[in-house]
Amino acid sequence: MFRLEVRTATPAWFNLALPLLAIGATLVLCSGLIALAGAGVLESYGVMFTASLGDSYAITETLVRAAPMIFTGLAVAVAFRAKFWNIGAEGQLLAGAVASCFVGAVPMPGPLAMLSMAVAGAAAGAAIALIPATLRVKFKVDDVVSSLLLNSVIYYALMALIEGPWKDSFSGYPISPPIEDSANFPVLIEGTRLHLGVLMALIAAPLIWFLIARTTLGFKIRVTGENPEAARYGGINVQRVLLSTALLSGALAGLAGVGEVGGVHFQVMSDISPGYGYSGIVVAMLARLNPLGVVPAAIFLAAVMTGAEAMSRATGVPAFLSDVIQGTALLAMLVALLFTAYRIRRVGAA
Amino acid sequence: MSVVLEQIFQVGFLAAIIRIATPLAFATLGEMFSERAGVLNLGIEGIMLLSAMTGFTATSLSGSLWLGVLAAVLTGMLMGALHALFTVVLGLSQHVCGIGVTLFSSGLAYFLYRLIFGQQSVPPSIKGFQTLPIPVLSDIPVLGPAVFNQFALVYMAILAIPLAAFVLYRTPWGLSVRMVGENPRAADSAGVSVIATRFQAVILGGALMGLAGAFLSMAQFNAFTFGVVSGRGWVAIALVVFGRWDPWRSAGAALLFAFVDALQLRMQASGLGHIPYEAFLMLPFIFTIVAMAFMSRNAVAPSALLKPFRREER
Repeated sequence: MFRLEVRTATPAWFNLALPLLAIGATLVLCSGLIALAGAGVLESYGVMFTASLGDSYAITETLVRAAPMIFTGLAVAVAFRAKFWNIGAEGQLLAGAVASCFVGAVPMPGPLAMLSMAVAGAAAGAAIALIPATLRVKFKVDDVVSSLLLNSVIYYALMALIEGPWKDSFSGYPISPPIEDSANFPVLIEGTRLHLGVLMALIAAPLIWFLIARTTLGFKIRVTGENPEAARYGGINVQRVLLSTALLSGALAGLAGVGEVGGVHFQVMSDISPGYGYSGIVVAMLARLNPLGVVPAAIFLAAVMTGAEAMSRATGVPAFLSDVIQGTALLAMLVALLFTAYRIRRVGAA
Repeated sequence: MSVVLEQIFQVGFLAAIIRIATPLAFATLGEMFSERAGVLNLGIEGIMLLSAMTGFTATSLSGSLWLGVLAAVLTGMLMGALHALFTVVLGLSQHVCGIGVTLFSSGLAYFLYRLIFGQQSVPPSIKGFQTLPIPVLSDIPVLGPAVFNQFALVYMAILAIPLAAFVLYRTPWGLSVRMVGENPRAADSAGVSVIATRFQAVILGGALMGLAGAFLSMAQFNAFTFGVVSGRGWVAIALVVFGRWDPWRSAGAALLFAFVDALQLRMQASGLGHIPYEAFLMLPFIFTIVAMAFMSRNAVAPSALLKPFRREER
């Protein structure tokens, strides 16, 4: 018989080893599906790797895709730290995209346009995240359920916009009008799609890390999440911390939408997010809720997504494999996390 | 407004409510059993989707509808067992595991569907369940054709409600479920296996979620599409709260939600003003959030909900 036994101390190297272990386990588990699809496992993973990280252009494409997931990953990591269960990053991202598209369509000098887009997008995301947080604080409504349901509400609101007032009257396509050219995020490296939003995401991660690890608000967020009772005794206004966390988390998710509008699509369409909000949960868990870990975790998932499309074209394995990999990675990471708190001890059956 | 009122009291409208309520009733009862035992199952959305896929596929390949239902139920039980393994046996976060199960099962559903059916311009369909009028009862005016001229799965949902109440409140197993959800330590002292009972409840819940999925792809749409579940699983979770973890109230909540949903469908069809149809699609979700705000204050969740049980600790 085996038994789980509480660990007294977690070895430091676990922090690095666990995500790698989870990712390794995920790739092994999902290789069964590749084999089922009748393709070579190593060949398929090879195509995925080359297409996503094989050359400098592929790397920039992967980074472009990682940017929104860095933001949603940070949003989820911050929220989960305070045990504010924000599953609504998807809706907050969409709200951020819509708001920034509104602002970006107003003629303004470039820098001002981009700044206004970021502010508007972050504010929209924050406003949406405030709803489940307020409902929880004031009415004891479960934040998981309300933030989940809000995703649907905001998606339909977006659809109503692009099929109604925003609809392209020439083509009849359900897409918003494009933002002003001056509002388009500058490209950082000529010949790639690497835009300013990617840089913003890469800068946001250490900033959020600093905020969580070194500031008073960060301390309050951590204490509230770890032990709300102790936080209350320590004079922390737990409800206010939850609301602040929601604002911060929603703003980060909103910025994910800003980057997609300003740097990639320059307008809003129905499939502007292929579930980046939900991927943020996977990213945050793979990163063990550490803002710095969010960057490599997001890059991993982005590589899987970019690579899966190339693999699908080359080997015929459905690209939905990337969704399965995401789900499996999340579950594998959860199991891996178990080993930080527990060790498996063989119990003598004699 | 009079147009709307006129349409409410039509046989077709009543029948539509029942039909919309059916998958919600299955899903809500399933989630209720799981939560009553202390396990929140956020995998529900993905479990319904995967079950809808396996049910559709099994019927499509075998030609037998009931084989499809069986496949969907087994899928639900299997995914329920997966969730229980993570949350009950390993004691991991129920929130995050549930999202993991949903991501995993949705991805798997799309992956396998594409693998089996390939990419087709027109999605394949099956000849789904046909309405099955019950003799005598279906002759009752208004109520008869609306309630007793339905799919077999609708009758199963109607029967499932009293059955669920009976199992939960009148059987020893139901008592165990309620005990492990309220006070697992006391249940353990009384000789009830907390782990086993929770496992069984989550698997039973999964079976009911499987039926919900089967209804969607095999009676309502007769095809498997991306939007086949579209948030109904999340709604079911809210309905459990709204129904205060009671089978009768939960079923009532499902009916109420179905009424709002059917109403928005009617309002869409009647082309009310210039309101975009998405505004109506939003309505049931907003309704659910508002309803939860009113209900949650007095709602008393099972005390041990979200709390993993480890015998050796404290």
